[in-house]
Amino acid sequence: MINFSFDGKNYTAEEGDTLAAALLRNGIGLVGRSFKYHRPRGIMTAGIEEPNALVTIGTGGRTEPNTRATDVFVYEGLVAKSQNRWPNLSFDVGSILGLAAPILSAGFYYKTFFGSAKRWMLYEYFIRKAAGLGNAPTVADPDRFSQRAAFCDVLVVGAGPAGMQAAVDAAEAGKRVILVEQDSILAPSLVRDPQEQDAAWISATAGRIRAANGLILTRTTASGYWEHDLVTLTQRISEPGQIPAHGVAQRLWHVRAGHVILATGSIERPMAFAHNDRPGVMLSQAVRTYVSRFGVIPGKRVVIATNNDDAYKTALALADSGTQVVAILDARPAPAGEDSGFRVYNNAVPLSTKGARHCLTNVSALVDGKPISFDADLLAVSGGFTPVVHLHMQAGGTLDWNDAAQAFIPATSRQNVTTIGGGADPQPIFKMVPVSPPKKSFIDFQNDVTLADVDLAWAEGYRSVEHLKRYTTLGMATDQGKLSNMAALGRLAEKQGVAIPEAGLTTFRPPYTPVTMGLLAGAGAKDAGAHVRQLALYQLHAEKNPIWQPLGYWFRPRAYPTDGETLAQAALREAKAVRTTVGMTDVSTLAKFEVSGPDAAAFLEIICATTVSKLAVGRGRYTFMLREDGLVFDDGTVWRLEENRYLLTSSTGGADRMATHISYVRQYLCPHLRISAVNVQEHHAGIAIAGPKAKAVLAALIGEEPPRHMSTVPAVIGGVPVIILAASYSGERAFEIYVEANKAATVWVACESQTTAQGGTLYGLEAMEFLRIEKGHLVVGGEVDGRMTPHDLALDKMLNKAGDFIGASGLSRPALAEPGRRQLVGLEAITGDIPEGAMLVTGEGTSPQGHVSAAAFRVLAGGSIALGQLTDGFARHGEELIASSPTRGQQARVRVVAPHFYDAAGERYRD
Amino acid sequence: MMQFTCPHCGPRAQAEFVYERTVDSVVPLDASPEDAMATLFTRNNPRGVDDEIWRHTYGCRAWMVVTRHRVTNEIIAIRAVGPEALS
Amino acid sequence: MNRYSAFGLLRGAFNGQKHWQPAWRDPEPKSHYDIVIIGGGGHGLATAYYLAKVHGLKNIAVLEKGWIGGGNTGRNTTIVRSNYRLKPLHDLFEFGLKLWHGLSDELNYNVMFSPRGAMFLGHSDADMVKLAERGDAMRCDGIDADLMTRAEVAKFEPLLDMSRDARFPIQGGLIQRRGGTARHDAVAWGYARAADSLGVDIIQKCEVTGFVRDGGAVVGVETSRGRIGAGRVGICVAGNSGHVANLAGLKLPVEAQTLQAMVTEGVKPMINSVIMSQSLHCYISQSDKGGVVFGGDPDNWPSYAQRGNPMVMEGAVAQGLALVPALSRLRMVRTWSGVTDMSFDGAPIIGETPVRNLFLNGGWCYGGFKATPASGWTYAHTLATGTPHSLNAPFALDRFERGATIDETGTGPMPNSR
Repeated sequence: MINFSFDGKNYTAEEGDTLAAALLRNGIGLVGRSFKYHRPRGIMTAGIEEPNALVTIGTGGRTEPNTRATDVFVYEGLVAKSQNRWPNLSFDVGSILGLAAPILSAGFYYKTFFGSAKRWMLYEYFIRKAAGLGNAPTVADPDRFSQRAAFCDVLVVGAGPAGMQAAVDAAEAGKRVILVEQDSILAPSLVRDPQEQDAAWISATAGRIRAANGLILTRTTASGYWEHDLVTLTQRISEPGQIPAHGVAQRLWHVRAGHVILATGSIERPMAFAHNDRPGVMLSQAVRTYVSRFGVIPGKRVVIATNNDDAYKTALALADSGTQVVAILDARPAPAGEDSGFRVYNNAVPLSTKGARHCLTNVSALVDGKPISFDADLLAVSGGFTPVVHLHMQAGGTLDWNDAAQAFIPATSRQNVTTIGGGADPQPIFKMVPVSPPKKSFIDFQNDVTLADVDLAWAEGYRSVEHLKRYTTLGMATDQGKLSNMAALGRLAEKQGVAIPEAGLTTFRPPYTPVTMGLLAGAGAKDAGAHVRQLALYQLHAEKNPIWQPLGYWFRPRAYPTDGETLAQAALREAKAVRTTVGMTDVSTLAKFEVSGPDAAAFLEIICATTVSKLAVGRGRYTFMLREDGLVFDDGTVWRLEENRYLLTSSTGGADRMATHISYVRQYLCPHLRISAVNVQEHHAGIAIAGPKAKAVLAALIGEEPPRHMSTVPAVIGGVPVIILAASYSGERAFEIYVEANKAATVWVACESQTTAQGGTLYGLEAMEFLRIEKGHLVVGGEVDGRMTPHDLALDKMLNKAGDFIGASGLSRPALAEPGRRQLVGLEAITGDIPEGAMLVTGEGTSPQGHVSAAAFRVLAGGSIALGQLTDGFARHGEELIASSPTRGQQARVRVVAPHFYDAAGERYRD
Repeated sequence: MMQFTCPHCGPRAQAEFVYERTVDSVVPLDASPEDAMATLFTRNNPRGVDDEIWRHTYGCRAWMVVTRHRVTNEIIAIRAVGPEALS
Repeated sequence: MNRYSAFGLLRGAFNGQKHWQPAWRDPEPKSHYDIVIIGGGGHGLATAYYLAKVHGLKNIAVLEKGWIGGGNTGRNTTIVRSNYRLKPLHDLFEFGLKLWHGLSDELNYNVMFSPRGAMFLGHSDADMVKLAERGDAMRCDGIDADLMTRAEVAKFEPLLDMSRDARFPIQGGLIQRRGGTARHDAVAWGYARAADSLGVDIIQKCEVTGFVRDGGAVVGVETSRGRIGAGRVGICVAGNSGHVANLAGLKLPVEAQTLQAMVTEGVKPMINSVIMSQSLHCYISQSDKGGVVFGGDPDNWPSYAQRGNPMVMEGAVAQGLALVPALSRLRMVRTWSGVTDMSFDGAPIIGETPVRNLFLNGGWCYGGFKATPASGWTYAHTLATGTPHSLNAPFALDRFERGATIDETGTGPMPNSR
C-alpha cells in the first residue's frame, strides 16, 4: 500500500500503479479541465498518448506541471494536483467559457482584439492567464540530471514481444544490444493480454538478454533519431516529483547504434462523435490495461464501440472481471467471426454521450441509421491503430499506406533502421466517417479542437495540413497529436476528395514525448558547464584579493585594491606607479605562436600585413593581421629569436581565432612550406614589467644589461630559463618575461621582490587600460572592431609593400578607400568626462558620426581623454563635438585630437 | 549529430569537429584581387553535395575535406589535408 | 474579403461561423504578371501587399513552392525589435517596428504584436558598456533604448538568476520597450489575405524551376505549373536563395545554415518579455499559449536539412536554464529548425542583381522575422520603381565586392564565425 494525495485528499495505491490507475482504483474519474472550454475531463488512455489527465506532481523545485497521470508511477508521498481550474475541479468558474464556445472557434483571436498594440496587450494579459495548463516551479531544481554516451551494435526500441525477441536474438548472436522500454515493466502488452504469451516468457527472455551482456533500460524513451543512427534516450531514474535515491533524477543518453530496431507498436485511435471527451470515454486497450494489469475496473456498465476485432478482447477481459458489457457497437456491417457471446450491434457507431462530472450516464448510438440509447458509465472506444512511425520518420524514412488498417506504415529509410512487430503490420479496421454534428466532436482533446474547427479552417482556406494544424492548433498540445493527427488527416482528405495518403502529412520531429528541460541542460546549467581557463599564476594573484575581470573563459586581475580603495582609486594608483617608478603585471593570456623553419619569415609575411623578414636576429616589431577581406582583425608583436625561429604574439581575446587561422593557413593553404607553427599560448606564462625603473628591475633579475627597446634575449631568472622581449604596451620602458608556465611562480616571486624593492607595485587590467589609452595603443575588440582598414587605424604606413599578405586583395576594394569612413582619433574633454561607448555628434539630435571606443584619464596630469572612431576623423583635428550617452544621461564636450596623449615620440623607450 | 571518420582517429562524433569553410571559398594565396574577391564573396551553396573543410578540433586537430550531402547528411568522402597528406 | 471583427464573431455564433470566406483565393496562374515574387513567406507576401496597397499595382503574383508561410516565417521565435548598433540596420528595422505597431489594424488580421519589451542582459562591466554604446547609437537616431540596473532587471523578470555566483551573473540590461513578439503564422496569413483582397494572385504548390531569358534579361519563370511571364521578378526565398539564384546563373554571398528552436509545454505566465544576452546566443520568451519559446546558437555548418545537432540545442537549453532556473522542470514538447540564409556580413541583401529585371531579397541570416514589414515595404518600392528605397539602398548585392559591408558583429565574411 502506497500513500499519495490528489488535490489535497489522501488515498492509497498499490505497488506498480500509475497515478491514473490509482485514481481510478479510488473511484476518481474527474481529473482535469480542458484548455479552452474547461470541460470536465478524465482519464482516456493508459499511456503516454494521454491528452486529458494532466496533473501537477511534486512540490518545491521538483514540481512538474502537465504530467500525464498515465505516465507517472505512484511512490510513497506523491503529491498531485489537478490543473487549469478555479477554485476546484468540481466547480470550475472557467467552465463558463463553454458557453462562449460558439465564438471561441478555431482562430477566433485572429479576427478580433483590434486596436492599438497597448490594447492588445491588455487582452493578452487575460489570454495569457487563461492559457497554459500548469504552473512552473519558482524555486531552484534540487536534483541533478546526468548525460551519458553509449555505443551498441543493435538498439531495440520497445520491449514488447517483438522487441524482446529481436533483442535476445541479437544478443545471443554476440551483438552489443541495448533494449529500451518507456514503461516501468517489460512487455506491457503481454501483461495487458496475458492470453497471448506465458508471463514466464518475459522474465526468461529478459534473463537471456542480460546473460548475453545486453543492457535493458525501463522507464526509458527513445526521444529522437538524429544523423547517422544517433538516438537520444531519456531515462527516468526517479518518477516526477520523487526525491531521487542518488540525487540524479533523469539521464540523457546519446546512443550511436550500428542498427536500430523499432518495435514501438501502435497507438489506438479514438472515434469522433459528439461529447467524445467526457470522463468515462476511454480507449479500449486502456480499459483492458486497467482491468488486467492493474486490477482496476473503471466502470460498472460498459459499452464498447469498435471498428476492429481487438476490442472484443476488452469485452472478454471485462466479462472475466465480472463487469457488465452492455453492448458492443461494431461499425462493421457483418458479424466478425463466431458469436462472441456479447450483445453486438453491427453497422453501429456512437453518436453522443451524456455524463456526470466523473463518469458517463448514457451512450447514444446509430445502428443501421436508427438512434438507440444505453445506460452506461463507461464507453470503451477502438477506432483503429496508428503505428508509431515517429522515429522512423525522424530518421528520414518514407511511409506506405496500409489501406486495410487505414494507417501509415514505415517503408524505406536512408538510415540503418527497421520496424518490426505490430507497428509494421497494424490490424485491419473498418473505415468510418463521423456522423455526429461536428461541433462537439473532439479531435484534439487537449487543445479543444473539434471537427467543426477543422471544417471552419477548410472553409477559410487553411487547407494544407500544416495550415490546418497551425490555424486550429491541433496536434500542438503536449500529446503532440498522437490521438488527433489521423482524424484530422481523414477529415482533410474527405474535404479534398482524395485518399488520406494524398492529403499530406506533418513533419515528425523530436522529441517523441516531451523532455524535461533540466535533462537537456544536464550539468551545463550549473558550474559544471562553465569552462575555466585558470592563469598559471592564479594562486599568487588570489592571495592578494584582486578584483577579477572575466575575459572569455579567463579571469584576470583588474586591480589590486588596498585599504578600502575603490576600483578606480586602485587603478589610478597602479597606473601612476607605472609612470613614475615601475609596475608589474601578468600578461600570460596573450596569444603566442612559435614559428620555426627555413620558411618561417615567409609564412609570417602571409599572416601579418607588415614585413617580418627584415627583422635582424634578436629584434622584434609591432605587427597586425588582416582578414581575407582586408579588415584588421588582430594585432601583436613578432620577434626573431633565432635565425629561423620566431615568436608571434597577439591579443588574448582573439587567441583561439588566431590559432585556428594560423593552423588553417599552414595546413590548407601552404602545406608545402618548411615550417612548424606551434601554439604556445599556455606553454609560456608572461610577466610584464614597465616603468622608469623597469630596467633596474630587469638588471637585478637577470644579472646583465637588459635588452634595448624592441630587442629580445634569452636569460635566466632564479635559475629558470626565460625569454625577455623588450616591448611596451603602457608607453613606458618595459619588458615582457616569458617563462614556462609551470615554472612561472618562481620567476613571478623574484620579479615582485625586485619590483617592490624599486618602490613599484602590481598593476591590473584597469590600470593597463589607462596607460595604453593615454599612449594611443589599440585594443582588439575596441578600436580594432573588425570594421577598420589599416588606413582607418593609421597603420597603413606599416603595410608590407611587397604585398602578398592575406588581406591585400581585400584592401583593393574601392569603398575601403573612399571618403566617409570611420577613422581613428583621439578626444580630449573640454567639459565633462567622456563616457566610454558614447556617440560623437555635432549637435543635439543629430545622427552620430562616430563613437568613443575607449575612455580614460591622463594618468599624471589628470583630465578626461579617449580614443574613438570618427567619420573622416584624420581631417577633423581641432573640431569640437559632443560625446553623448543618452542611456546614461552623460555627455561631454570634446575636441578631436591626434590619438596619442603621452610621449608620441617614444622618448621613454630610449635608454 | 553526424559521425565523421577522421583519417587519423576513426569514427568520432560531430561534436569533436568544427566546420571552417567550404572548399569553393578558399582564396589561393596567388589569386588576383578580382578572383580573390569573387571567390571570397560567392558560394556554390548547393542544395546537394559540396566539399567542406572541417577540423578535428577536439581530437587530433587535423584538417580534412568532407564531401557531404547538405540535405541528407550523407558523408560521401573524407580526406586528410596538410603537410603529412602531401605525400 | 469579409471584415474581421468581434461583431463578426458574434454573428458567427448564430450561424455556426459559416459566413466566413476563404482568407485568400486559390487562382490558376495567369500567363503574365507585371511583377512575380518568388517565395510566399512573410517577406514575399508583405512585398505583394505593399506593391498593391502603396504602389497601386494589381497585376502581381506570389509563387510559393509549398504552402505560404511554410519556411522560416513558420519556424522563427517571433521576436520583433530594432535594437541594432549600426545605423543602416537600426534605421531599417525601426521603420519596420513602426509598421508593426499598426499592423493588425492595417491588415484587419490580429497578428498579436505584443510590445512587451526586448531586453539584452549584460554580464560584465564590459558588456554594460557595449550595451550602452548600442543604446546610445539607437537613441541618437531617435529609437527607444534604456539601460536597466540589476534591480530593474530583477523586477522586470523575477525568474532570472540574479545571484552573484550565477553561472552567468547579471549586471544589468538594455531594453527596447517597444519591441516584443508577434504570432508568426498570423503575419503570413494576414499579409496574404490583405494582398489577395487587393487582387494579388497567391499561387501555392508552384515551384520555380528556371528563368526565361531574353538576351540577358529575365522575362519570366518556368514553374511546376507552367511558364509565367513577368515584367520584373523578385526572389524572396530565404534559405533557398542560393538555389534559386543559381537557376539564373548567379552565385550569391550567402551560405545556408541551420537554426534550431524549441517550445515547452504551455504553462501559466512566467516570462514577461523577450530575454536575450549581450554575450550569450540565447533567447527566451513565452507565447500567448503559454509555451516558453527558446533559441540559441545556430548550427555553424552548412545545411539544408532543417535539422541540427542535438548537442547544440542542449547547449542552448543549458544557457537558458542558467539564466532562468525555473525552466528546469518544464518539458520541451517540440523542436524544429529553419534554413538560415547567412550573408557574408550578417546584413540582408535587398536590391537588384546583375541580371536585368531580376531582384533579390535575402541574406537575412537569423533575423528576418522582425523585418517582415520593412522588408516588404522596401522591396516593394524597389520592384515597383526599379530603384532602391533609401532604407534598403545600403543593402545592395554588390556591396561585398565594393567593400561597403554592414557588419554588426565585425566578424567578416565567414558565416560560422558570426
